[in-house]
Amino acid sequence: MNSISKLILSVTLALLLCINIADAAEKLNGAGATFPYPLYSAWAYDYNRITGVQINYQSIGSGGGQRQVTERTVDFGASDDPLTPDQVRKDGLLQFPAVIGGVVPVLNLGNVRSGQLKLDSGTLCGLFLGEIKFWDDDRLKKINPELKLPHTEVTVIYRSDGSGTTAIFTNYLNDTCPAWKEKVGAGKAVKYPSGIGGKGNEGVANYVKRAAGSIGYVEFAYAKQNKLVFSQLKNAAGSFVSPGFESFEAAAESGDFDPKKDFYLLLTNAPGKGSWPIAGATFILLPKEKTASNKGVVKFFDWAYKNGDKRAKDLVYVPLPQALEEKVRAYWKENGIY
Amino acid sequence: MPVTVGMKFDMNREKMRKLEGFIAMTLSTLAAMAGLFWLVFILGDVLVHGIKALNMGLFTNDPAPAGIEGGGLRNAFVGQIMITFCATLIGVPVGVLGGTFLAEYARGRTIAKIISVLSDIMVSVPSIVIGTFIYAVVVKPVGHFSGWAGAIALAIIMIPVVLRTTEDMLTLVPWTLREAAFALGAPYYKVIIQVVYRGAAAGILTGILLSIARVAGETAPLLFTSFNNSFFSVNMNEPIASLTVTVFQYAMGPYESWHAQAWAASFVVTIFILLLTIIGRVVVKWRFGK
Amino acid sequence: MPSQQRRNPADIVFSSVTAIASFSVIVLVIGIFYVLVSESSLAIGRFGITKFLASTDWDPVRESFGALTNIYGTVVTTVLALTIAIPVAIGIAIFVTEISPNFLKGPIGAAIELLAAIPSIIYGMWGLFTLSPIMSNHIEPFLKRITADIPVVSILFEGTPMGIDILTASVILSIMIIPFTASISRDSFNLTPSIVKESAYAIGATKWEVIKNVVVPYSKLGVFGGIVLSLGRAIGETMAVAFVLGNSHRITTSLLDAAATITVTLANEFAEADNDLYLSSLFYLALVLFVMSFITLAIAKLFLLKAERKYSR
Repeated sequence: MNSISKLILSVTLALLLCINIADAAEKLNGAGATFPYPLYSAWAYDYNRITGVQINYQSIGSGGGQRQVTERTVDFGASDDPLTPDQVRKDGLLQFPAVIGGVVPVLNLGNVRSGQLKLDSGTLCGLFLGEIKFWDDDRLKKINPELKLPHTEVTVIYRSDGSGTTAIFTNYLNDTCPAWKEKVGAGKAVKYPSGIGGKGNEGVANYVKRAAGSIGYVEFAYAKQNKLVFSQLKNAAGSFVSPGFESFEAAAESGDFDPKKDFYLLLTNAPGKGSWPIAGATFILLPKEKTASNKGVVKFFDWAYKNGDKRAKDLVYVPLPQALEEKVRAYWKENGIY
Repeated sequence: MPVTVGMKFDMNREKMRKLEGFIAMTLSTLAAMAGLFWLVFILGDVLVHGIKALNMGLFTNDPAPAGIEGGGLRNAFVGQIMITFCATLIGVPVGVLGGTFLAEYARGRTIAKIISVLSDIMVSVPSIVIGTFIYAVVVKPVGHFSGWAGAIALAIIMIPVVLRTTEDMLTLVPWTLREAAFALGAPYYKVIIQVVYRGAAAGILTGILLSIARVAGETAPLLFTSFNNSFFSVNMNEPIASLTVTVFQYAMGPYESWHAQAWAASFVVTIFILLLTIIGRVVVKWRFGK
Repeated sequence: MPSQQRRNPADIVFSSVTAIASFSVIVLVIGIFYVLVSESSLAIGRFGITKFLASTDWDPVRESFGALTNIYGTVVTTVLALTIAIPVAIGIAIFVTEISPNFLKGPIGAAIELLAAIPSIIYGMWGLFTLSPIMSNHIEPFLKRITADIPVVSILFEGTPMGIDILTASVILSIMIIPFTASISRDSFNLTPSIVKESAYAIGATKWEVIKNVVVPYSKLGVFGGIVLSLGRAIGETMAVAFVLGNSHRITTSLLDAAATITVTLANEFAEADNDLYLSSLFYLALVLFVMSFITLAIAKLFLLKAERKYSR
């Protein structure tokens, strides 16, 4: 009996050891959109240094963020695709915007540099529908008379996971291109007619870098950090704009976020001469009943609103306008978590 | 003359046979060389890239967000050890005891045969299916991702491996040894623990080592169980980082620094697993000879 | 075992504990099956069985899901990988058992087994960083060039060589399964009684003839079992292909196109599916994969058992 009981004892002890190693640091788990991942992780890194609180944010895609928070497997979810007020209520959630950014078409086309290629909704739609098969297509030549486009096959790179970046991007195409609306539609994951799927903004950026003649779409910060080549785009006012801080801000200012609708708003195809047409806010989702952890999450974002602007601008995200931040704080207060 | 013609034909046939044999032998040799080539290629690549990216910071720092210099994978190294260790704690006892039942109490019975065959199948069941299973039965009911979920998933992969090796090793222990112990009046469980296990210890140990090697490199079952954590954590009730999931995330990521760290992590994982495998083989050689 | 020994209470406890431990395997198999069925019940109810298996749709927006593109990807990559792997693996087995000088047998055998121990994620990463550029810059353009004028075959190599496609995934998969197939074939070859071989040599057979006419027929059950086992492994492999397959839900005729296997779809989409039907369909896919690999592995086991019985006779 001796040796068995010894064995059982030691195994049990070891198992207990496993459970009991828990450090005192306050921890909050979040998951969701890859779009704001560089920013949230940078914020979390700074916040941890100052407060010791660990905000573990994993980029698994907006679809994942919504589901994981609905199933309550995380303390907060993040999604670029806002839930409608009905859904927010149905799943017992709270929703508020955290930061604004833009989605940009990125390409890998020989010596074409950032901002050189001009696209409009028609050509962008044609490319992603697989109708424009070569880069020297007449439709592209027409709006890019000054560029010498090579006879290279177009390879579309899209997001393979449920993603708010895709939602923002396809919303834009859906709004502006009837053929897209009819054949594909808008959503966090859609059925692309052609191309290769990369996982996360990272995956798309990686594949675009790797493949000659490819076009994909990523959150601008990813394009910037990876020195990917992006295009200009024609906006609703009819002028070609480059993605960047100013054009995102212009789009953001056109938006009217309403706390009564849980801030539900899409910023695509925003009016205004300088607006980038594929901009969007990214949202945080909280499980309504978890007041204690919600307070921790809110504290973090309150800190970020106050102190995170520089970090955000460095990574080319647009901090929320002051007025909107106040609206969000009022929303928190109203729900008793601030 | 017909005879000469026949001779000539025979000579040709002889030559053809030789030639055919020569070609076949050459092809086989080339195949073996190709196999070795891949091994050298893959290992060499992991070695070269991995060593280049290795530094102390990798083991002592936690990850820094993209764009901030420095940062390592301390959390992933520790997490990987925690998950694998706990998986071993769950998987090995169940596997060894289960194998004991098959080789001792149920020896020769149909039920032993069925379990044995099922285990053999379970050894090769896609590990990602185990991941989805654990997501449904552990992660969802508990309400969050956790190191435990990952450890249980790995343990499920381990159990059949350990169970089958234990069964085989116990079967190899001569029955006469047990009878000698029975003759001294020892109850069966004592015979098993004090005589049979002792006789098969090296073999069982090898099985355990190989099963650890097997699960230490698993990624798919951890993706939606232990999840990931960008901070250092040793709390098994929380999402916890692991090397393999980190490699997946970093390799798919766009940053050069991530790629370098992914290579370094792969290097460490590979070396660890190959060492375990080699030790396992050496133990077998040493204990059982040729 | 003497029966009076078993009355000992401690022995009863110990034997019950071992019994429970070993029954855990049965519980697991049934449990996995049951849980996968119940989790996918929503999708089963919506799409049924044949419709799900035969539909090429994988459209999260319109909530219409079918497994065929995934099954197609799984089958194509697996078959292609086996086509590449089997000749090489059998060649290796022949080399190790019959050709190689004795002092090389150990090291080469060990090397092959080490190849089997390398975790699949390493294969995957290596595939993405090292193999995929080689494929897209050299091998795939070359294949395109030499097949360009051959009708039908050229269809297989249509499109841009990207290195992230069915062909690359299959090559990596084949490297992964070569060691399994090789070591099982080697073990089966080794079981051929030397007396049978010697007598063949004695009547003047060449080495190749001995292999072809004596060793292979004698061990074919074992080798075949090994091949089916490798097939089972290949069906369920995730990480090695996840990096280089491109997760694209389409049925394509070109090997240079991206595709999706069941495993890759699960790895990419499982944690991210946002609605119940989507998640349920993914569980359904996992169920299909579980059943597919279970049946394959059971067949493999059947052959190996048969082989074992034959040799032990």
